[in-house]
Amino acid sequence: MTDVVVDERTPGRVVDPYRSGALRVPTRAPLAVGGDPEAVELYGPVFGVTEVSALDADLTRHHVGEPHGERITVSGRVLDRAGRPVRGQLVEIWQANASGRYAHRRDQHPAPLDPNFTGTGRCLTDAEGRYAFTTIRPGAYPWGNHENAWRPAHIHFSLFGRAFTQRLVTQMYFPGDPLLAYDPILHTVTDAAERDRLVAAYDPELSVQDWSLGYHWDIVLDGPAATLPDPEATP
Amino acid sequence: MTDPVPTPTPTQTVGPFYGYALPFPGGGEVAPAGDPAAITVHGYVYDGAGEPVPDALLEFWQAAPDGSLAGRPGSWRRDPASGGLLPRDAFGFTGFGRVPTGADGHWTLRTLPPPPAAPYLSICLFARGLSRHLFTRAYVEGLGGERELTALAAERAETLLARREGAGVFRFDVRLQGEGETVFLSFGH
Ligand SMILES: [Fe+2]
Repeated sequence: MTDVVVDERTPGRVVDPYRSGALRVPTRAPLAVGGDPEAVELYGPVFGVTEVSALDADLTRHHVGEPHGERITVSGRVLDRAGRPVRGQLVEIWQANASGRYAHRRDQHPAPLDPNFTGTGRCLTDAEGRYAFTTIRPGAYPWGNHENAWRPAHIHFSLFGRAFTQRLVTQMYFPGDPLLAYDPILHTVTDAAERDRLVAAYDPELSVQDWSLGYHWDIVLDGPAATLPDPEATP
Repeated sequence: MTDPVPTPTPTQTVGPFYGYALPFPGGGEVAPAGDPAAITVHGYVYDGAGEPVPDALLEFWQAAPDGSLAGRPGSWRRDPASGGLLPRDAFGFTGFGRVPTGADGHWTLRTLPPPPAAPYLSICLFARGLSRHLFTRAYVEGLGGERELTALAAERAETLLARREGAGVFRFDVRLQGEGETVFLSFGH
């Protein structure tokens, strides 16, 4: 584990390390098995109408009433490393409510739960690899990593590609959040330009008139996949 | 596009609160109900101090017994009235399972044996504290994968072997760090 993370944009300031990994991160480098064309990881599970229903992508409509908070639309494209759209694949999200509280029993942050907000959503990417969610902007919340540690507002994302190697779990952040400069979890990404990849852009084009603020965030999946004929490609 | 060969989006930890979002009922019941060929694979996840990890999430992907890697939807279903998650139906094989560890660090998967051509379960493990998920494989003992396993991981091969404990029951522990650390895998380009 790295003990000290320096924010290279603020010389001299040290970001606290992410402590939870001390006994969990492996000490040995992973074994490279990239050469096997038969590896099952070059293929992956598939999801469809059985797993995702139309309402799942609007997290503000999962209860009788409207949730508290600033309504937002979050959308972007999922691409592979060749820049091709990742089509028809599962995107799952989860997040805290507007007060920074998760609908999870172990979250005991003394901020109110919202009976009209659970904070989980799903969708399948479309033919252009696009996903879109309507939700509310999550609140910041404190955690025990160091004194006065607060997580910046974020949405957890889970994505599948065509191959298991492309599996991705990450977090999306909001532009201009002052907590970004202090967050040990964001700073597990040591390169500043790479950290910026996790910050969505405010996009008025995605805002819905008199309804929601728009944020744009594109995602690139890692990992090789088996070369299969693309059933949706037009010859 | 200014960047024709994009680099991948960085990973971030799954954190402690995925539990109301990602697990689904019957996530470890990958074998069709009542299938006589079903096997049970189970084990613990341990940290570097040898303590069980109570908040890890394991995902499983494998070839179908006939060798197919096409997969099929239906790992979970939806209650149309409530929107809630229902277990998969008793028919067909999706090849995908998702199991959170319990308070004791234990997980259980019931699945069909993978085919001799790919006699392993691929595992993707997430946990609070891990900024990046970990890939490993559980080679099911007795399906002919032992030679491949030794070629792959030499003296550490035994960390990738799901050992037979009894009829149709196999044990696979994951040690994240330190003594007996499990072999984790990366898939290059
Ligand atoms: Fe979070």
